[in-house]
Amino acid sequence: MNVLLALPIVVPMAAAAVSLAFRRSPKVQYAAGAVSSAAGLAVAVGIFFNVSREGILKLEIGNWPAPFGIVLVADLFSAIMLLVSTVIAAAVFVYSTASTDEERRSLGFYPLLQVLLMGVYGAFMTGDLFNLYVWFEVMLMASFVLLSLGGGRAQIEGAIKYLALNLISSAFFLAATAVLYGITGTVNFAELARQLDGQSGSVTVVAMLFLVAFSIKAAAFPFFFWLPASYHTPPVAVSAVFAGLLTKVGVYALVRVFTLLFVGDTAFTHGIILWMAAFTMIVGVLGAVSQNDARRVLSFHIVSQIGYMLMGLGIFTPAALAGCVFYIFHHMLVKTNLFLVAGIAEKTLGTFELKKMGGLYASSPLLAGLFLVSALSLAGLPPLSGFFAKLILIKSGIEAGAGWVSAVALIVGLLTLFSMTKIWNEAFWKPLPASSGATNGGRPAFAWIAPVALLAACTVAIGLAAGPAYDLSLRTATQLMDRGAYVQAVLGDGS
Amino acid sequence: MAILFCVVVGFLYAAALYMLLSRSVVKLLMGLILLSHATNLLIFSAGRPVRGGVPLVPPGAAAPSQPFPDPLAQAMILTAIVISFGVLAFALVLVYRCHAATGSDDVDELRNTEL
Repeated sequence: MNVLLALPIVVPMAAAAVSLAFRRSPKVQYAAGAVSSAAGLAVAVGIFFNVSREGILKLEIGNWPAPFGIVLVADLFSAIMLLVSTVIAAAVFVYSTASTDEERRSLGFYPLLQVLLMGVYGAFMTGDLFNLYVWFEVMLMASFVLLSLGGGRAQIEGAIKYLALNLISSAFFLAATAVLYGITGTVNFAELARQLDGQSGSVTVVAMLFLVAFSIKAAAFPFFFWLPASYHTPPVAVSAVFAGLLTKVGVYALVRVFTLLFVGDTAFTHGIILWMAAFTMIVGVLGAVSQNDARRVLSFHIVSQIGYMLMGLGIFTPAALAGCVFYIFHHMLVKTNLFLVAGIAEKTLGTFELKKMGGLYASSPLLAGLFLVSALSLAGLPPLSGFFAKLILIKSGIEAGAGWVSAVALIVGLLTLFSMTKIWNEAFWKPLPASSGATNGGRPAFAWIAPVALLAACTVAIGLAAGPAYDLSLRTATQLMDRGAYVQAVLGDGS
Repeated sequence: MAILFCVVVGFLYAAALYMLLSRSVVKLLMGLILLSHATNLLIFSAGRPVRGGVPLVPPGAAAPSQPFPDPLAQAMILTAIVISFGVLAFALVLVYRCHAATGSDDVDELRNTEL
């Protein structure tokens, strides 16, 4: 049954190969993408239920026993990340069939999207540090090309900044892996966890290298500058999948290494993460408030929201970590959805400039309602998923004696609401300004609106089923903090 | 030999950082190239390179007879070289396209996406 763990990587790889071979045939590309989305979703559901029932699963590639060969490991955390990612991948795929122009399609948009997904899923599945690096690079390579594909000056400029910062991050990651390998002689997560147990000193130095590397990927303060400079430049389907998945892979890596490997000196390492979280929240939301372009507002909000996730990791109690997990899956759905809505708005009005937008509520009340659900969820209004995510984090912060960070989180939540209200007022509520020259293109087609509706429904569902979702998050957090169980599941009883 | 590698790796990192801080996009690219070289050498030195021995166990013995360098570190470098080759080749094309689109080599002129 554990062969299932390889399928999240195999399915998009096969789809990428098929759609690359049939580059000139849109029908085959759509079919390959559809099959890959459906199969990915099915595999993720299968892995999730198996992990939920049987605990941590592993697959030794080529039957080389851990820690010598590469292992794929699925615990609850990676299973949840995979499941949410496949939902987003399916939604964005449907959306992209309508939104992607002929030029980008013929230049290989669909194969690249599948390669990107392969990298993301691989990063979630692997139980090996160097293998994680390789998946990061697979993901980055695809994202570089997707970001610059078929673009004009703005896209190229954004791509240069994205590329430079991410390559520096990769160099940090690789250097940290090298030093850690020099210290321990292994790159297997479980074996590393066993050897690093209770160690600090030089290991903490390596931990800081990893913190820098993954913080750049996750766009945490003070390493976030590449994100608002690049995420708004590509077509919105690309922005949406980046917003939903890429920074979250950075957060995933941070959570993984700072729960499994570097817990020898948590007062120092997790203290730094907590400070970074507070600054990330504040700087991100202040940047968002000052922007007047829908996509830039949303890009800055990604940064701000990353702060909430790091807050959960920084507090480092089971409840806080549960909040972090809850926040991640809530955020991935909501943020992707907001970008998709912004894309529909642009399609309808021909601009992302908030001042030139207007009248969307009158032309499409359904779209306005779906936006409102996601926007209010992002800001944290009950009964939507964002409210419960924030509630868990803020409560755990107060309980753990870090009330100041809870206060920051509350203020940032208020500012988020302010900036979402701004989008609502400008784009949806006010009448279309006569001077803007924009024309209202009417109601969006089904392929545009269906993915948005699906993701909004997920947000509402998580909000309504907050109890079970919290229980699941708490189980995940408990499993993340029980390092012995991970080590035993991967290395077996002999360890 | 370890000291020599430390000095070389440190020097490469310093040179890479200097280039990365430059305003020229081409020098930025050079910086990224040096950065990947420095990191590859760092992995190499983390594998404790020694001369002479091979990581093969002779017949009848339980361990290799001579001290040997770690082959896994070198396998990792091979992977890293292939990856950085691909990524940097793409970066080269991107820098070229950037120059074609903007007519400039100055990162200060690439501000259109930030205002």
